[in-house]
Amino acid sequence: MRADQLDKNEYFYGHKACAGCGGSLAVRAALKVLGERSIAVLPAGCMSAVGFNFPQLCFGNNAIISMFAGTASMLTGVEAGMRRRGYKDFHAVGLAGDGGTADIGIQALSGAIDRGDDILYICYDNEAYMNTGIQKSGLTPYGARTTTTPAGRNIRGNIRPKKNMFEIVAAHDIPYAATATVGYINDFIDKVEKASKIRGTKFIHVIAPCPTGWGIPVSDTIEVAREMADCGLWYLAEYENGKFTLDRDPGEFKSAEAHLRRQGRFKHLTDEDIDLIIKSRDEKWEKIRREWK
Amino acid sequence: MRPYLRDKKTFTFEEIPEDTCFEAGYLVTENSGWRSVTPKIDAQACIGCSQCYLYCPDGVITIQDKKAVIDYDFCKGCGICSKICPKNAIEMERAI
Ligand SMILES: Cc1ncc(C[n+]2csc(CCOP(=O)(O)OP(=O)(O)O)c2C)c(N)n1
Ligand code: SF4
Ligand code: SF4
Ligand code: SF4
Ligand SMILES: [Mg+2]
Repeated sequence: MRADQLDKNEYFYGHKACAGCGGSLAVRAALKVLGERSIAVLPAGCMSAVGFNFPQLCFGNNAIISMFAGTASMLTGVEAGMRRRGYKDFHAVGLAGDGGTADIGIQALSGAIDRGDDILYICYDNEAYMNTGIQKSGLTPYGARTTTTPAGRNIRGNIRPKKNMFEIVAAHDIPYAATATVGYINDFIDKVEKASKIRGTKFIHVIAPCPTGWGIPVSDTIEVAREMADCGLWYLAEYENGKFTLDRDPGEFKSAEAHLRRQGRFKHLTDEDIDLIIKSRDEKWEKIRREWK
Repeated sequence: MRPYLRDKKTFTFEEIPEDTCFEAGYLVTENSGWRSVTPKIDAQACIGCSQCYLYCPDGVITIQDKKAVIDYDFCKGCGICSKICPKNAIEMERAI
């Protein structure tokens, strides 16, 4: 989809997200694709916190806050309610954080996929519970410093790898799942558009850097997001009709070390820690290059 | 259409809605006070490529007559537009 084909209206405007917030760009872009006939469900998290501060209400479309765990179940209800009332041409879209998706909301999401509900679930992944002050989530990467995974003398940040959310969702045999990044916004926009035309449950996992939690300058959000995909610490892929496809192979990776070292949350990592991250990246890519052609 | 600033900015306790429903896109405050630097577009250099429009997290850029235009009421001065511009047509100035 070209820029001039996008809806000129803005549906997420005047919000109170930090300057340079990647999550707010993901929400803004998704709603520009889905348009005014979308009903957005946002669980507790940064995007609901910055979007609804009565009387400052920043969504131009219908939007509602759900309980933290209940994004997908509320989407199920919204979709069924709209259908029952005779509406046809609308989108029930969830815009949930990584904590809200991979941890507390995973059961509701799994249930919705199992029922095959006609909803689009978008997880904007800033890799921690940002709205409550940067705690580790299941999608926080290995080595990252958060307030619950501090970097000390014995343990250097998060000791667990990032949960494999895209493949967990795909394992449900969902009609459509994709990964994306705000760093390549056209790719994200195309995936939202594609998902909006598919019936049944759709899931998009979009990386959305948070300058506040990642310790990067507010102007660097897009650069860092791009770099993450270019150095192989993220991948752009799709799952459709039971098949995985790798959308973009960066070929030779950009320096993962430089990418990690420019972020405050990884400053404490030793060379050995970084080698370990690179080794697990290489193993992952060996597998996806082989299997997801 | 986009959410826009309204005239009525304060509400008495009785006027606050009891349920969760209220008008969409109802704004009462600007974000311009957040800026410490301000993007300035060089209209001569701008080719209207839309990159800044696509990547602005606040959605404050529009392309008018093939040139980028900023709504300064809601620009936070993050500088993403300036970094993304392929023509270096956006300078961040130390001024609000
Ligand atoms: C049941 C419940 N537990 C905890 C909270 C507190 N809480 C609100 S937002 C939030 C963090 C959300 O993190 P994430 O889903 O990653 O979204 P982000 O804030 O990073 O955008 C937490 C823990 C809550 N609102 N409800
Ligand atoms: S804390 Fe991070 S995710 Fe939350 S509004 Fe700020 S930049 Fe966005
Ligand atoms: S990115 Fe630069 S050249 Fe392109 S529209 Fe914006 S200001 Fe103009
Ligand atoms: S400085 Fe940031 S908020 Fe302002 S126009 Fe540029 S990208 Fe948008
Ligand atoms: Mg988060």
